[in-house]
Amino acid sequence: MQKILIIGATSAIAQATARRFARRGDRLYLLGRDPDRLDGMAQDLRIRGAESVSYASFEAEDFARHPALLDQAYEALGGLDVALIAHGTLPDQRACEASFDTARRELNVNALGTLSLLTHLANRLESQGSGTLAVISSPAGDRGRQSNYVYGAAKAMVTVFCQGLRNRLFGSGVHVLTIKPGFVDTPMTAAFDKGMLWAQPEQIAAGIEKAIGKGKDSVYLPGFWAFIMLAIKHIPEGIFKRLKL
Amino acid sequence: MRLTGWGRKPVVDADMLAPRSISEVQIRCRQTPFRGIPRGNGRSYGDSALAPRVLSSRRLDRFLAFDAETGVLRCEAGVLLADILDVSVPRGWFLPATPGTKLISVGGAIASDVHGKSHHLEGCFSRHLERFSLMLADGETLECSRTQHADLFRATCGGMGLTGFILEASLRLKPIRSAYLRETTFKAENLDHALSLFSEHAGAPYSVAWIDCLATGPRLGRSLLMTGDFIDDGRLRAPVKSPLSVPFDVPGFALNRYSVAAFNALYYHRVRTAQRERMVHFDPFFYPLDGIGHWNRIYGKSGFTQYQFVVPREAGHGGIGAVLKRIVASKRGSFLAVLKTFGPANDNPLSFPMEGYTLALDFKLEPGLLPFLEELDRIVLDHGGRIYLTKDVRMSGDTFRAGYPRWEAFQELRRKYGADTTFRSLQSERLGL
Repeated sequence: MQKILIIGATSAIAQATARRFARRGDRLYLLGRDPDRLDGMAQDLRIRGAESVSYASFEAEDFARHPALLDQAYEALGGLDVALIAHGTLPDQRACEASFDTARRELNVNALGTLSLLTHLANRLESQGSGTLAVISSPAGDRGRQSNYVYGAAKAMVTVFCQGLRNRLFGSGVHVLTIKPGFVDTPMTAAFDKGMLWAQPEQIAAGIEKAIGKGKDSVYLPGFWAFIMLAIKHIPEGIFKRLKL
Repeated sequence: MRLTGWGRKPVVDADMLAPRSISEVQIRCRQTPFRGIPRGNGRSYGDSALAPRVLSSRRLDRFLAFDAETGVLRCEAGVLLADILDVSVPRGWFLPATPGTKLISVGGAIASDVHGKSHHLEGCFSRHLERFSLMLADGETLECSRTQHADLFRATCGGMGLTGFILEASLRLKPIRSAYLRETTFKAENLDHALSLFSEHAGAPYSVAWIDCLATGPRLGRSLLMTGDFIDDGRLRAPVKSPLSVPFDVPGFALNRYSVAAFNALYYHRVRTAQRERMVHFDPFFYPLDGIGHWNRIYGKSGFTQYQFVVPREAGHGGIGAVLKRIVASKRGSFLAVLKTFGPANDNPLSFPMEGYTLALDFKLEPGLLPFLEELDRIVLDHGGRIYLTKDVRMSGDTFRAGYPRWEAFQELRRKYGADTTFRSLQSERLGL
C-alpha cells in the first residue's frame, strides 16, 4: 500500500493513473477543481480497490492556499510516498498573443502553480528522505513553436525546474520524474483530429506507473516520442524558424 | 471521425459526442436535440452502432456502488465487462451471463441483450439486470425496471440502442469461490453426436461446441464440446499477462479454403482422447479471443461478418444440418463455427435467443458472399429461426420481420416515446425500423 497524492485528479491521464493505483490497493488523496467530479471519482476508486480515498477542491493559481492543502493531504494519508502533479490547461495560443493577461493566467496555472506545489512538496520529502515527485510536463517544452509557445514556455519551466530539483534531491533519496506525454485523446484535445500518433489515457497511465516503479528520471509516453523530439530538437534554428510547426 | 463496427465494414465518417458525465449528456442533449445512435465500445460486428452522429458512452466509465455482500453493482453505461470482472472476481463475484468478449460496455450488453455459454440455465444479460436509467429523445431521463416503465425496460433490453441512451444500470452478479473452472472436452463424431452430448450435459453450468464446418458426409458437424464449472478452491486472484496483438492486416490470399480446412482439422485433432479434463482460468475459458488484440485484422482490409442464427429445438438437427451442408457445398470456410444451446426465450421484443440451437460462423466479406448468406437466411427462416442483430450487417427488412414477429410492438413503443425519429442507426434504416 502506498500513500499517493494526485493533483489535477480529474484530468483524463490522472484519472486513468489513479485507477491503476486503486487496483493495487493504495491510499489516495485527490485535489481537483470540481467537487462533484471528485466525489464521483472517489467513489469509483474505492470500488476499484483503493484502501481509502479523500479529496479536496483546489485552484492551481491560489498559491497562498497550497501549504494548507498539502497539510490536509499529509494528514489524511498519514504521510506521503508519491505525489503526481497532473493539472493543466491547453491555452488558446492566439488569445495569449493578443493579451498578456491571458498569457499570464495560463503561465500561472501551467507553470507557477506547479512550481509552488513542487517547492512545498520537495521540502517535505527532502526532510523525510524518501518519496517520488511525478510531474506531467510536455514535449511542447522541448522547443518553442509558433502554434503553442505559451504552453511550451510554461512546460519548459516545469521541465527545467524538475531537472534542478532532481539534481538537488538526489542525495536525499527523493525521486523526481518528469513525464512528457505526446498526443493523448482526452477532453483537453477533443477538438483535434486523431491520427496514428495519438494515444489513449490508459496507455499513458500504464507508462506512468511503470516509470515511477523503475525510478526513471524522465520519460516520453508513448516512448516513440523520444525519437520524434530528438529530431525536432536538432533541427538548426535557421531552418526551424521557417517551418510551420 | 472514421468509425466502423468490429467487422470493419462499412466505414462511416461520423460526428462523435463523448460526454464525460451523466449531467453533461443531459445538458448537451437538451441544448441540441440528438439524432443518431448510442455507441459503446464498438464491438458489435455490423452497422448497429453506426450513424452519421453517434453518442458514445466511452467516457461514462465510473462505478457508482458495489455491495460485496449481495453482489449488486451499479455503474455508468460505458464501464466494460472487463472492468467489472477486475473489481468483482477478487471479491468472489462473476457475471451470470457473459458473451465471448469482455471488451463490451454495460450499455452495449443491455442493448444487445447478450447471451453466453450459460444461456440454457441463466438466460440473457437482462435477466440479471435490476434497473437502468434511460435518456429519452427529449432529453428527459426515466428509471426503467420490471416494475417501473416495464415496457421500456423490455424494449431497451435487446433494443439495439433504438429506444434511448442508457446512462447507468444496476446488475446482480453471481457468487464464485474460485477464478478457475473445471473444463471437460468431449469429442463429437458428427452433428447427431454433438446434439446428444449437449442434452446429456444439459446440467453443466457452461457449454459450447466448436464445429469443424468443413468436415463432410458422415463426419458432418464433427466438433469439440466443452463444458465448464467453477471450482471451489478459493483462488480468486487472477494471473496477469500481457496480451498479444495482430499487428497488421493479413493479406487476403492467406485466408483460403486450404488454410481454413487445415486449421479446422488441426483444431479438431488437438484433443486426442474422447474426453479430456483440465483446470482453466476463467479468462481463456470465456474470452479466448480477447487475449489477441485486433484479431479482426486476420480477415484483411475487406472486413468480415459473423453469421449467427438460432433455430427452435425441434428444428435443431434439420436446421443446423442444412446450413452446414450448404456451407460445405459452397466451399466457403469459416475458421471456427460455434454451436450452443439456448434455454427459453424472454419477453423482450427484439431479444435474440429462443429455446433451441444457435450457430455462429465468421465469413470474410467478398464478392458473392451476400447472395450466399441470403440462401442461408431462407434455410433459417424455413426452420422457424432468426438472425442475431448484433452481428448483422446485411439482412433484409423481410428477413428481419419474419424472424422477429414482435417488431411491430417494438416500433409502436418507439413511437410512443418519440424514439423512432431520434435514435436511428444504419442498421435500423436498412431494416425499416
